Amino acid sequence: MALTPADVARLGELARVRLTEEELVHLAPQLDVILASVARVAEVAGADVPPTSHALPLTNVFREDVVTESLAADAVLAGAPSVEDGRFRVPRILGEEV
Amino acid sequence: MSSAVVDFDDALAAFDPVLGLEVHVELNTASKMFCGCSTAFGAEPNTHTCPVCLGLPGSLPVVNAKAIESAIRIGLALNCKIADWCRFARKNYFYPDMTKDFQISQYDEPIAFDGWVDIDVDGETFRIEIERAHMEEDAGKLLHLGGTTGRIGDAEYSLLDYNRAGTPLIEIVTKTISGTGSKAPQVAKAYVSFLRDLMVSLDVSDARMEQASLRCDANVSIMPKGTTTLGLRTETKNVNSLRSVERALHHEICRQAAVLSSGGLVQQETRHWHEDGGYTTSGRLKSDAEDYRYFPEPDLVPVAPSREWVEELRATLPELPNLRKLRLQGDWGFTDLELQDVVNAGALDVIEATVAAGASPQAARKWWLTELARRANEAGVELAELAITPAQVAEVQGLVDAGTVNDKLARQVIEGVLAGEGTPAEVVARRNLAVVSDSGELAAAVDRAIAANPDVVIRIRDGHLQAAGALIGAVMKEMRGQADAAAVRELVLAKLA
Repeated sequence: MALTPADVARLGELARVRLTEEELVHLAPQLDVILASVARVAEVAGADVPPTSHALPLTNVFREDVVTESLAADAVLAGAPSVEDGRFRVPRILGEEV
Repeated sequence: MSSAVVDFDDALAAFDPVLGLEVHVELNTASKMFCGCSTAFGAEPNTHTCPVCLGLPGSLPVVNAKAIESAIRIGLALNCKIADWCRFARKNYFYPDMTKDFQISQYDEPIAFDGWVDIDVDGETFRIEIERAHMEEDAGKLLHLGGTTGRIGDAEYSLLDYNRAGTPLIEIVTKTISGTGSKAPQVAKAYVSFLRDLMVSLDVSDARMEQASLRCDANVSIMPKGTTTLGLRTETKNVNSLRSVERALHHEICRQAAVLSSGGLVQQETRHWHEDGGYTTSGRLKSDAEDYRYFPEPDLVPVAPSREWVEELRATLPELPNLRKLRLQGDWGFTDLELQDVVNAGALDVIEATVAAGASPQAARKWWLTELARRANEAGVELAELAITPAQVAEVQGLVDAGTVNDKLARQVIEGVLAGEGTPAEVVARRNLAVVSDSGELAAAVDRAIAANPDVVIRIRDGHLQAAGALIGAVMKEMRGQADAAAVRELVLAKLA
């Protein structure tokens, strides 16, 4: 399954990365190599090997419902490029949500 | 602006509506889903945040056990199967309400699935099938500023408060609901109302729509009668009250019917409900290509509730609200209409407690739905918030039954209790409200009334017994209402016999 420049354009859109025509053509075969490599790994696993999503053989790691101390608001906002009224200020978000 | 609509009856004559409801419930845990920050409402912005809920690099989420418990109990109450193994997933999207650029949710492995509930509307039962109930975290709150409308389309910038980010949510998704016909909007409202009551009785959420701790996204499509191909659906958001659930669906059905009837196509899109104008406007186009690139959350290990735990939680389920209503209706002998009035007034609990304290169901219902409902309404509070207990209401009715006070005086007793003058008995004593039981005093008042109204006496002696009302009125007036009217009537007629 060869990745087309159109597929790459769609991926770029989803990742909010603007790509030129040139880059699309350039990246498609490179990403193909990655996909092919992952596909080869998938071939190794037989039907008896369940897909792994976690490296640790653990389940049910929970914490009690207890309130712990939060960060101070000024520390929270210290790294923000722009702040107003104790809130993060961000540019208008265009046409993505209502 | 609002769009063209056709009349609801006309729409239903030509089309069958098909619903799908997504309800988000904010759990009432003390701390967030994956960190120990408080979930308390109304704090100063960004004071309930930490590296985990801000998604700072290197932070690790850990699941709140109480949230899992609540999720399982909700699933069980909705007759769902509980997964014996499930994972969280990342839902990736770019929007500043989440700093991580993803929301931790569940994708193809919800904790609860394949359930159902039966919903009654006007005596007809509709089975709503539940597709799934899954766990996720709430997002932060945006404030759109700089424009004139406060809406994003008009805003110049937005301000973010992440206090809510990471609050545990349960999203309950129905399968498509068809066959409800013209009752579709009512069924949707009754279903959301059922969920609200259920969450409160399970004590897992405040479930307050006006505070957005219970939110409903209403999907609806219509298909021409006689066909079975689903139409394209719209998803209406910003539906913030039970009434708006019904109104928004009513409107959407009429709008879609107008579009299809004029040869147009319904767009698959998100629509925004405008409470004031009672219409929806187009929001984001929802294409099938919408791609959240879900993948298993690597920072959280799978949740595998043991069957023993699930059964333990099942044993904690309270009597479900709809079953309780049926039981109480049977116990009390109320008609459907009477019960409906009680439910609508939010008086089920107080009436149950009043009956338990010894009052008859009809008497309890009468006090809570008339005098006390009026006072609660005046004060702008819920019935249960009135400064009178169900036991005191039962005591007032006991005073009426014993003939100590009549209905009119009983209302003054209630007024006294509400004003903080003490128990009903104390109010009766302090205000000297007991009906006059001294028969000598009463007899003297009757004699005076007879002497003062010779013409009325003649009419009564002529057989016009209803004329006795004038004499009874005169006596009651002289006694300043503190007499038992029935006893006065007996006395008047006995004296004239």
